[in-house]
This record gives sequence, structure tokens and C-alpha cells, in this order.
Amino acid sequence: MCSTCGCGSGEGTFEDGAHDHARAHETGALHSHGHEPALAHTSAQGHASDVHGAEYGSVPAHAHAPGLDSARMLRIEQDILAKNDAYAAHNRTALGERGIFALNLVSAPGAGKTALLVKTIQALGEGYPISVIEGDQQTSHDAERIRASGARAVQINTGKGCHLDAHMVGHALAQLDPPQNGILMIENVGNLVCPAAFDLGEAHKVVLLSVTEGEDKPLKYPDMFRRASLMLLSKIDLLPHLNFDLGLCVDNAHRTNPDLAVIGVSALTGEGMAEWLAWLGRGADAMRATACATARVERSAAVPPSLARGSPGG
Amino acid sequence: MHEMALAEEVLQIVEDAARREGFRRVRALWLEIGQLSSVEPEAMRFCFEAVARDSVADGARLEIVAAAGSAWCNECSAPVALARFGDACPYCGGYRLRVTGGTQMRVQQLEAE
Repeated sequence: MCSTCGCGSGEGTFEDGAHDHARAHETGALHSHGHEPALAHTSAQGHASDVHGAEYGSVPAHAHAPGLDSARMLRIEQDILAKNDAYAAHNRTALGERGIFALNLVSAPGAGKTALLVKTIQALGEGYPISVIEGDQQTSHDAERIRASGARAVQINTGKGCHLDAHMVGHALAQLDPPQNGILMIENVGNLVCPAAFDLGEAHKVVLLSVTEGEDKPLKYPDMFRRASLMLLSKIDLLPHLNFDLGLCVDNAHRTNPDLAVIGVSALTGEGMAEWLAWLGRGADAMRATACATARVERSAAVPPSLARGSPGG
Repeated sequence: MHEMALAEEVLQIVEDAARREGFRRVRALWLEIGQLSSVEPEAMRFCFEAVARDSVADGARLEIVAAAGSAWCNECSAPVALARFGDACPYCGGYRLRVTGGTQMRVQQLEAE
């Protein structure tokens, strides 16, 4: 059990190729327990105007239940995901401070996430440092494949769990200690349903859809496609052998999410990789620039006024 | 299913309140679940009953209050009701919709002994 935050073995186990789970709390580099989520807060999210909120029942907040003197009503007003969102916000801040561009890679099982990551790592070369957090119910097969391609990886095994959450990712970040100004790929458990609800602290969700899956996937799993910023259509080398209607798939994707960017790729042949790498590079550069700008502002704020350029004393 | 993880979060919120307010049992619990949220209400009910066993919320009556989904239609430049992802705008029949409400999943209140 984690003696710092009390999470038990049910939270998932971690494997980084060299050490076991106990290491997750030694460095604390990116996972601090100093900022416990303030559970008494209500979240701003979800308070957007409900068009017909009154019709669907506002809950009466009685001071006591009539006729039952021993009973009392307590208003709670708390988001169910408040704790996860707090861990995610902490992850996001920590990653932002280090200029790390983090992506949450989601798909159905077998769409080709790991194969694409391997290809991406090989193609990026020395361009951007890249590290990976892998999520699966069991085995470290995917983390081992990533390491064999030259990038560092930590494997989270969720056991019976169907998704990664921000707490698990926080622990993995501490173990992985990703390099500054790099790219962090979080390969989620293969599942188009459950991971949608759980913010991990990423900059974007990227959804992978392989051309063997059917054009109507974005309509069948709208929540996931709505939350993604980019859809990667994978295995496009197989198109000559399929009756896949590319235009229809893109239309369906935009029906669910009008702002969804789409790139077709093949990890096998390399087709589309240039466009995917360009998208990655733009995001990584922007993250790096923001981190540098923030650092500059913080440094200048720390300079005493008497030493500031242009001041009478300086 | 992820409703199990969410049910555990609900129980955690209830147990935190029990510690804070000093009550020992929950008679009833109200959840607000948006039409466009990630929760299937009956799955949540099933999971909560399972996780609440032997806890301060064991046997508590679970009230799930549905909150309406809403969106902004870019075609009509107007707010519209949206009960389900995949529904078209009720006025123009188009899909240029941006969700504006109905994704919440909240613990609203509880009745404690």
C-alpha cells in the first residue's frame, strides 16, 4: 500500500523494466501529495445552464425530514469525479511546468496504438525526447515493445480495471520522470467507453480508429470521439482490401465532433506519418514555448525592484 | 465497467461527509446524472448497492435525478435541447452542435441519521 496517499494494490501495479511499485514514491518528482484535492469545493464544470433543469427535478434542500427528528438533510453538491479531476489538474500543471506535451491515446483493443507508438518513436529520433506510460489489464508486453524501440516506458496494470485514472498516472509519472520539453504518450487501456470519463491531465485525447472497424464507430461511441482533438485513422495500407468508405467515416466523425482533426496513417508503410509528426511537433513546440514564457515571467517577478532594469536604483 | 469506479467515488464522498458531520448511517442519497454524462443510471445503481454493502451507506435509498442535456446549434445560432449524443438539432435537423449542459455527475445531498 502507498503509505503517502493510502492507495492499495487495487489501484494498479507499475513496472518500469528495472524497479517495482515501491519506487513510485521515492522520487516524488512529478507526484506530490502536498496538494490534496479540496473535496468541499463544487466544480465549475457542469454548472453551464441546463435548458430545462427545473423540469428534471431540483432537489429540495429541507433542513430536516418531516416527522423524522433524528434524520437530517445534508447538501453535498460535489462532482463525482472531483478527486480524479484534482489529480488530473495536478498532473497537467506539473507537465506544463516542464514543457511536456502529453497525449492520452485511446482506441478499441487492436486498433494499432502500440504499433503506431513504436513507429513514431523511431521516426522522431533525436527530434523530441519521448517517453510512454502504458496501460493494460495485464502483462508488460506493450512497455517492453516501447523500450525495444528506444524510449523509456512505465507499464500500469489495472488488474480488473477498464481505464486509467489520474491517480495511477500521477504515480507512473513519478516513476518515469519524463524529460523536459519532450512528448509523453499515455497509451490507455483498449476501450472506447470507459476511458472517456477520466481526465488524466493530458493536453489532448487522440483517438485511434482502424479502417477494419467500420465507418460508424464515431456514431456508436460519441462520448470518446467528442472529447478527442485528433482522430488517427490507422492501418490505411489495408484500404485496397476493404470496402471502407473513408469519406463517410470522416463525415460521421464530424457529426459527433465538428472540430475533430483527422489524419490517416499506416505504421506499416509510413504513409501519413509526416502529417502526424508535424501535428505532434506543433503541439510540443507550443508547450515548450509556454513553459519558457512562464519561467521568464516568474524569474522577472522574482527580481527585486531596485535591481530591475530602468529603475532609479539600477 | 467504469460505473464501479464512479460508485466507489460516491461512497468516498459519503464517507468523508460522515466523518465531517458525525453521522453513522445514510437513509437516502441523491445523485444528479446528466443525460449526456458517462453514467448509465441503472449500472450506477447496481454498482453503488454493491460497494455500499457494510458501509455507512448500506441499504440507503438511491435517488437518481436526471439533468437535461443541452447544446448550442451553430446553424441556428440558438440553444437547443439534446437528450442523447447523435440526436440532430430539433429545429434544423443538422449536427453542428456543441454540448453546453447535461454532462454532470454529482452527489447532491443525503439524508443522514
